[in-house]
Amino acid sequence: MRSRADAVIIGGGVIGSSIAYHLAKEGVKNVVLLERHSFCTGSTGRCGAGVREQWGSERNCRLAQASINAFERLTEELGYEGDIEFKQKGYLILAHTEKEWEQFKKNVALQNSLGIPSKLLTPREAKEIVPILNTDGMLGATYNRRDGHCNPFHTTWAYAQAARRLGVELQYFTEATGIRMEGGKVVAVDTTRGTISTPVVINAAGPWAKPVARMVGVDLPVYTQRHQILATEPTGPIINPMVMSFSIGIYCQQTPHGSIIMGIGDTREPKGYDIGSSWEFLREMSRIILRLLPVLESLRVVRQWSGLYTVTPDAHPILGGVPGIDGYYQAVGFSGHGFMLAPSVGRIISELVVGKTPFIDITGLDLGRFERGELQVEPSVV
Amino acid sequence: MRRSVEEKSSLEQRNVIVCRCEDVTLEEVRRAIAQGATTLDEIKRLLRAGMGPCQGRTCRELLARELAAHLGKPVGEIMPPTFRPPAKPVKLGLVSRMVEDVSSGDGDSSPEGGESR
Repeated sequence: MRSRADAVIIGGGVIGSSIAYHLAKEGVKNVVLLERHSFCTGSTGRCGAGVREQWGSERNCRLAQASINAFERLTEELGYEGDIEFKQKGYLILAHTEKEWEQFKKNVALQNSLGIPSKLLTPREAKEIVPILNTDGMLGATYNRRDGHCNPFHTTWAYAQAARRLGVELQYFTEATGIRMEGGKVVAVDTTRGTISTPVVINAAGPWAKPVARMVGVDLPVYTQRHQILATEPTGPIINPMVMSFSIGIYCQQTPHGSIIMGIGDTREPKGYDIGSSWEFLREMSRIILRLLPVLESLRVVRQWSGLYTVTPDAHPILGGVPGIDGYYQAVGFSGHGFMLAPSVGRIISELVVGKTPFIDITGLDLGRFERGELQVEPSVV
Repeated sequence: MRRSVEEKSSLEQRNVIVCRCEDVTLEEVRRAIAQGATTLDEIKRLLRAGMGPCQGRTCRELLARELAAHLGKPVGEIMPPTFRPPAKPVKLGLVSRMVEDVSSGDGDSSPEGGESR
């Protein structure tokens, strides 16, 4: 392992890997990426693999929009010999309550003003997109054809391998154990394989972002929470878009492989690091999904698992540096949508590190917003 | 037609299916290992080997042997993969009819009932 680097990234998920690639692309090639297990072991490899730009806040819309633009050409850009399996068959977001229908009207107006081609649909129009959908009790839906699916494993591996070819050292099975500071500046990172002198450290540790931030004395206002998910056996194409409901708290999408992935956002779930699976989830998930998509009844569940959301008070990530801690940057608190924002975030963080103005304005996404009380809560989350 | 030994071995690797559920060949496995995969979970993430209906019951040991040979370690030192429930594939319709409490025997068995949110 290198004993000196220009930057050390903590976290080998999609965020850390995207930052590694973008840093190298900016010319910062003496970079070490630390990951205590292997790529995609934290939240990335456990996520629902959805990618959308239908958000309720302008910041999330802009970050997601630029990311989708990047996903469209990512396999080529990264020179990946595999396939990141990006497909754009849309997100169909269902409205079952008056409150969410009113919110969706605002969301679509905002999205359209930013150039996102989402639209409001009647239940009948929604059924044309997903003919097997039970529209009973539905008030309407929103749909955006640019949303879709992407494979988190291949995306992360593609970023990591491209970074490695540009000179980044990928140190899997190596844990960051401490960050050394001198006179308010980052000077080194201690790891289970030795110490690396570096003026820059980037916290991309996903669910472990809080303990990593503590290494430089930063207290992140985030908590972790289990979200459960399952995959079925593969079947022929029956659902094109991601079908999602915020009021019911579920999402369900068929992957290009043919399997159907579905999950629940259960707000009663205790905070913590439990990533076990429960039969109660299987039962609740199946009951909800069979009400919306009854024909899935005969499909078999092959696998269930869970992952952690790292949630901030406003469901927006915390990006950038912290005043008074020279050389420390963070890309944390993605609140369940880090995978789909990774292309934008990797570029933004690398631009900050080299002293450029980020290509997307991240004013208000800094840590200081929580103290200032300037929170605009994202309404559209599962 | 006579083939060179190299051609023949590469053809054999292409034709050897290691994971029968996901049609993963020995050639693909060796390529993933050459790219840096050192664990069963990494091979699974890159190739889907072990993600099909049998959940790795057939391929797990074959993959472990490949990794062991490449890393020069005994098979016993290859990190075991993550095991995920359910133990056997089960229909969504069936799990939706699971009763609330198996011991009481009078739980909700209606496929429509029981949504708790």
